[in-house]
Order: sequence, then C-alpha cells, then structure tokens
Amino acid sequence: MTDLSADHLHDEAVETTPTARRVQRKMAPIVPAQNIAGRALVLVIAIMTFLSCLTFGAVTLVRDTASVWENQISREATIQIKPADGLDMEAALAQASDIASEFPGVKGTRIIDRDATARLLEPWLGSGLNIDELPVPRLIVVTIDEASPPDFAAMRAAITPKLPSAALDDHRTWVDRLVAMAHTTVTIGFAVLALILSATVLTVVFATRGAMAGNGHIIEVLHFVGAEARFIAREFRWHFLVTGMKGAAAGGAAAIAVFIVFSWWSSRNMATPQADQATALFGNFAIGSTGYFGVGLMVLVIGALTAATSHATVVAYLSDIDIRQPESG
Amino acid sequence: MIRFENVGLRYGMGPEILRDISLHIPERSFQFLSGPSGAGKTTLLRLLFMSLKPTRGLITIFGKDRSRISRSELPLLRRRIGVVFQDFRLLDHMTTYENVALPLRVRGREEAGYRTDVTELLKWVGLGDRMHVLPPVLSGGEKQRAAIARALIEQPEILLADEPTGNVDPPLARRLLRLFIELNRLGTAVVIATHDLGLMEQVDARRMILAGGRLDVYD
Repeated sequence: MTDLSADHLHDEAVETTPTARRVQRKMAPIVPAQNIAGRALVLVIAIMTFLSCLTFGAVTLVRDTASVWENQISREATIQIKPADGLDMEAALAQASDIASEFPGVKGTRIIDRDATARLLEPWLGSGLNIDELPVPRLIVVTIDEASPPDFAAMRAAITPKLPSAALDDHRTWVDRLVAMAHTTVTIGFAVLALILSATVLTVVFATRGAMAGNGHIIEVLHFVGAEARFIAREFRWHFLVTGMKGAAAGGAAAIAVFIVFSWWSSRNMATPQADQATALFGNFAIGSTGYFGVGLMVLVIGALTAATSHATVVAYLSDIDIRQPESG
Repeated sequence: MIRFENVGLRYGMGPEILRDISLHIPERSFQFLSGPSGAGKTTLLRLLFMSLKPTRGLITIFGKDRSRISRSELPLLRRRIGVVFQDFRLLDHMTTYENVALPLRVRGREEAGYRTDVTELLKWVGLGDRMHVLPPVLSGGEKQRAAIARALIEQPEILLADEPTGNVDPPLARRLLRLFIELNRLGTAVVIATHDLGLMEQVDARRMILAGGRLDVYD
C-alpha cells in the first residue's frame, strides 16, 4: 500500500518520529496472554496435577513397601514345645535346638530359659510364678539368614517325628496375610489413581474448552483474514501447551515439595514412636526416582493434553465456522 | 472476477433465503448492495467471501468453480478479498497497528518488511496518531477505519464492506465513501452492502437490490 496517495482523511499533522519509535515494541501475541478463564485453567490444572501426583506418589510408596513386605521373610522363626507326659523338656529343647542349627541358613538358636519364660507370662499370671507347676510351653528362637533362608518344611519334617509336641512357626501365615493386605492396598491405590487420572483428564479437557470458548472471536478473525487452519491451530496449541505446562509444573512441584517435607520430617523424627510407626507402615516416605519420573511424566502428559484439546477445539470451531447462521442483513 | 449463476441458498431444511441470484462483479467495478434488513445482504457477502457454499447454482471466483475449491485453498483465495465486517471484528488485545498488520502476520511475514506499509496505510485512513491505541479506546468511526485498513493491507482485488457507515455520523460516512472511491480509483473492485439510501445517492454506481430473496441489478 505504499503507492497510496497521501490524501489523508484527516488533515491534522501526524507525529511520525515518536510513532515510528513506538512501532519497534514487541508485537502482542496472537492469542492473548491471560484472561480470567486462562488463569482459572492454570489453577485447575495445578490442583488436579497436585492431586494426581500425590496419589501417584502414595501408590508408589505403598507398592514399594508391599514389595519389601512380600520379599522380606521373617528374620526369626520359633519352635514351640508343649509339655507332654514323660517329656524331658530341657532335653527336648536341646534336641530341637540342635536339629534346627544344623540346617543351612540358620544363623543361631536361642532357648528362652525359665526365667525369661516366666517374665513373658508375668503380665498375665503375675510375679513369683513357679513355672514348673504349670504346663507352660517353651520356646526356641531360630535366627535366620535373610539372604538364604532355610527350608522350613524340611526343618519341620526333621523335628516333628522326634518331638511330636514341637511345632515350628516360620511366621508364614502372618507374612502371607500382610502380603495379601499389601496387594489389596496396591490394587485399591491403582484404582484410585486411575479415577484421579480420569478426573484430571476430563477436568483438563473441559477447563481447556471453557478457556477456548472465550477465544472464538479470535479464531474467527484469523480465519477471515486468511490464516491457514494449521497456523491458527499452532498458535493456540502452543499457547495452551505453555498454559498447561505452567499449571502442571506448579502442581507437580507442590507434590514433590510435600514428599520432600514428609521425607525430611520422617528422617528428623527418626526413633520417635510416631515416626517408627509411620516408617513401619510406609517406609521412609521417599518416593524414589520412579516417583519423581512419574511426576515429570505427568506434567508433560497434562501439558500435551491441554495442547491437544485446544487443537481439537480449534479444528472443530473452524469446521463449524462456515455453516453457522449469519446475523440478519 | 466473481460470477453467480442461478445461485440459491437455504439453511438446513428452511426456506430459500436467496433465490436464483445471477450477478457479475467485474474487476475495478464499484457497486452497492442494498435491500431491507433481513433481506440476505450479509448472506450474499458471505457467499462472495466463500464463507458459505450455495445449495444450488454456480459461483465462479477468480476463475475457479466454488464447489471445487478445497478447504486448504480457501485461505489463499481469501487473501485476495478484503472484508470489512459490520461489527468490525478487531481484536481487543492488539493495538490498531497490530490489528491492521494481522493479515500479513498470519502469512508469516517479518514485521520489518511491512512496518512502513502499515504505518502509511494507517495515516492514509486518518489513524496515524491512533496506531498504538487498543480498540476499546477507539471511537466507532476509528474502529471502522481500522477495520477498513485491515481489509486493505494485503491490497485485495475486491473489497466487501458490510454496512461500513452504519455506526458513523453522516460527515464521517461521506469521508469513508471518499476512501472507498479512492481505493476503487487505485484498482480495487468494491462492494458496499448498505441500506443507507443517502449514501448511495452520493455516487453514481451500480446498485444491486435484494428483496424477497431475489436480486435486481441496476447498472
């Protein structure tokens, strides 16, 4: 349009120098930086990412703990010998102890002596108890090498024929229950994670579409000034990718901060009853590299999801733009 | 340049809004499109702008059959047509300068390459001192001129203006009309949709009158 005449509609003088200087400023982005819907979108994405990451971290924690429980064979087993007619308890204890200690994987055996047994029973039967007057079972503690545990079935088979009143308890029942409970917890955790992720996906999709609704006029103007569909889609995709990543990064960072704080709290309170209880249940509250990787992945996926939703909305809007009813005229 | 032959248009299963429209818009021509409100002026402009497809008849635009133009070809053809919307459709987050430069920006042109052209055009339409103002601050007439400048920046072969004087006072309407005449003198075909009889009486130009879905052309 440089060949147009300078026949201005207005005759007033125009200051060209300051104007030309001001033109140098950075052009406004085609998609406006932020509006209320955009800020709400960032907030919604941040909250949903935070919740998703917390759930993911918690599931990772429980799964790791369950795997420890599952792999951890009790460090000790117990042989219990019940009194029987004609049984020399001390000889039986020594014999069972000898049999057990011959097995590979047994680090040592320890017979709970009379005094210790009396002390064990003291809460129920009171002090000054003469243990010989009561048919009290006696115990042998078998310490096990966790790296290569002994064959408990063989040990049981070796002891029972010689001492029918002896019973070997390798705590398997208790461990099995714990493992079953851990599996259930992990399954529930994954189900909750799936629900949270579904809710996140739907929330992000609807919030993005909500934010996009306010940009319909921009898509329309770009379309009518001759912008190609892929140009318009690219502008919106990029804008919403950045918006989504901002929200997701904030949510992910907050979740990581929560895990770091818990981890720090648990290490600081080590050896206190509360911390011991928490550690016994959940390990040391560290989510490990898998957890951090998962949080990072979630941030990327949520950013990509936001971008993809805006892209789909633009494409749908553009295909719809030419068939809508015009205003009367 | 643009030719309609027995064109009809209906929305869905509704009645035909436009019936048997036949017209020819030659290069460098100047014409008014008039008719009562609701007669279908905007719809006819949308057909000219390829924003709608006719339900029957033949439209030839720049020598191409409209029904054979693919979606991917549309943006390139639209760049040869400038449109001034009744409601301006300026983007409120962009300055006047940025709004006018938008058609060039979406084509991927560098700002350094078009800065002078945009500045010159804005001065030509009398907005030289309103270049860095956001649209909400502009008056109705200034918005109208910004919308016209945006339609002209790519030097279109044809300019379609929908009620360009609908929001301005008579003196400014006359000035805008002078602008369109000047533009036509420089080689752009102009179609002005208006129901302002006073405006049409100022220029001896072809008149296309829409009524009852039919078009009568008075050369």
